[in-house]
Amino acid sequence: MNTHANADLLARYVAGDPGLDDATLWSLETHLESCRACRARLGTTMDGGTVALLDRVHRELGQRIAAGPAPYRRRRWWSFGRRWTVAWSVLPWLAVTVGMLATALLFDRAYPQYPSMVLLVAPVAPLFSVAAAWSRRADPAWELLTATPRAGLWLLLRRTLAVLAVLIPLLMLAGWRAGQSPARWLLPCLVFTAATLALGGRIGVQRAAYVLTAAWAAGVMVPTVAEREPSALLQPGSQPGWALALAVVGAIALLRRADYRRLTSRN
Amino acid sequence: MVRTVSAAETAPQTYAWPVKAEGLRVQAGRHLAVNGLDLALGTGVHGLLGPNGAGKTTMMRALATVVRPADGRLELLGQPVHTRADLRGVRRALGYLPQHFGFYPRFTVREFVEYMAWLKEMPAGDVPGAVQRAIERVGLADRADKKMKTLSGGMLRRVGIAQAIVNDPQILLLDEPTVGLDPEQRMTFRDLLRELGADTCVLVSTHLVEDVVAACTDVVLVDTGRLVWQGTPQELARWGAAGDAGDSPAERGYSALLRTHRAGTR
Repeated sequence: MNTHANADLLARYVAGDPGLDDATLWSLETHLESCRACRARLGTTMDGGTVALLDRVHRELGQRIAAGPAPYRRRRWWSFGRRWTVAWSVLPWLAVTVGMLATALLFDRAYPQYPSMVLLVAPVAPLFSVAAAWSRRADPAWELLTATPRAGLWLLLRRTLAVLAVLIPLLMLAGWRAGQSPARWLLPCLVFTAATLALGGRIGVQRAAYVLTAAWAAGVMVPTVAEREPSALLQPGSQPGWALALAVVGAIALLRRADYRRLTSRN
Repeated sequence: MVRTVSAAETAPQTYAWPVKAEGLRVQAGRHLAVNGLDLALGTGVHGLLGPNGAGKTTMMRALATVVRPADGRLELLGQPVHTRADLRGVRRALGYLPQHFGFYPRFTVREFVEYMAWLKEMPAGDVPGAVQRAIERVGLADRADKKMKTLSGGMLRRVGIAQAIVNDPQILLLDEPTVGLDPEQRMTFRDLLRELGADTCVLVSTHLVEDVVAACTDVVLVDTGRLVWQGTPQELARWGAAGDAGDSPAERGYSALLRTHRAGTR
């Protein structure tokens, strides 16, 4: 009903006239919902008893609402932040990594004639924090989490990104203080992180982090320190190779994503 | 509050049993904890009984798709889950309370249930209402904004139940949900179970035969990783003779069935 209700109809509505058919009743009520003027006229049409009853309902409802608990205010950003910071277990490892970087930086500044330690540490710096973000021992709700649809490579990837979002700026800072361009270490760092995810599905993320760090230490760190020659792997010229490795390792991680769907004792 | 019913909910189901296992074998470590289990569960509340080490928890884990069966077939809601297939669809319709319910102590009850709802990929708009409803159903509305580390054992168990039912699951797996609940809370919990069992396939593992008799429509008895017996609580009570161990007919039935089974397998 788009036209306003006439006084006669309102009076019959208030009186609860059984002669009013359903169609008229519904259209009147729909109109009343959207028309302030007609609602006001409806109020003046009512008799004293009904008005008193409505007043009492209004007053008592108001009292009960005031006495009850306040409605919960949803803090969207807070719960968003919670989701990202859920793995508190990562914090100690982040602290250890920061400590390691600081030590490497001090070493570089004290002995500029040696190959840069910051550059040697940077590629494997995020691995232990990533491992801590996906470990059944460190995550109390691990079993609950594994039974949910979101569990799997994507959730691990979110947590890895959170770790990288903290560590890469710190690595940038340390690299800048040590005079090392990110072009030398950023791709190797991403390759090792992706390799941890690719290998982690098979042997457990933690074990993958150990294996890769040990391989890097034995294959690159020790020879570099022993020969006092910067590794050829960390020169700007080797970057296309690292980019290719990142593509390959990333593809393997994606193909092996089914490995992360179940609770495994390896994590 | 009236909930919107989606087309998917009213569509006819294309499977006979929400839970169907055939020759299921599941490893716990190196040991085969579930060894050739055949099971079919329909809508209703099923009580899972069995002695310690009977493979109840491992079976629950396999049904919750947490571990992959070593052998055999397992179908949940008509979807095979014993393969390496994508489990997201099935997991959205699952509720699971593990035996060891781990939680984040710094989270409030509401934050934790919200986080679980997010992990279960519920539509963001439905989450606040569903979380409030789940918390109210387990009777924790007054504690909703308390940190979880301040809660007692029984309350934590109820948070566990709340997170399991927050997504209105079609299959609900509760591993020893009554541990730590006082008698009054257990009574309320039984009411909740009966309510849930009207349209959900609920599997409750417990040591307490009385809980099963009071709240379950069906009893599943397992021992050494195999199904021993399945039937109603009344049938279970009829199995017991005066000489069997136990303080109630159902308890006597339980020990009689186990004894017969063990004599038969030996």
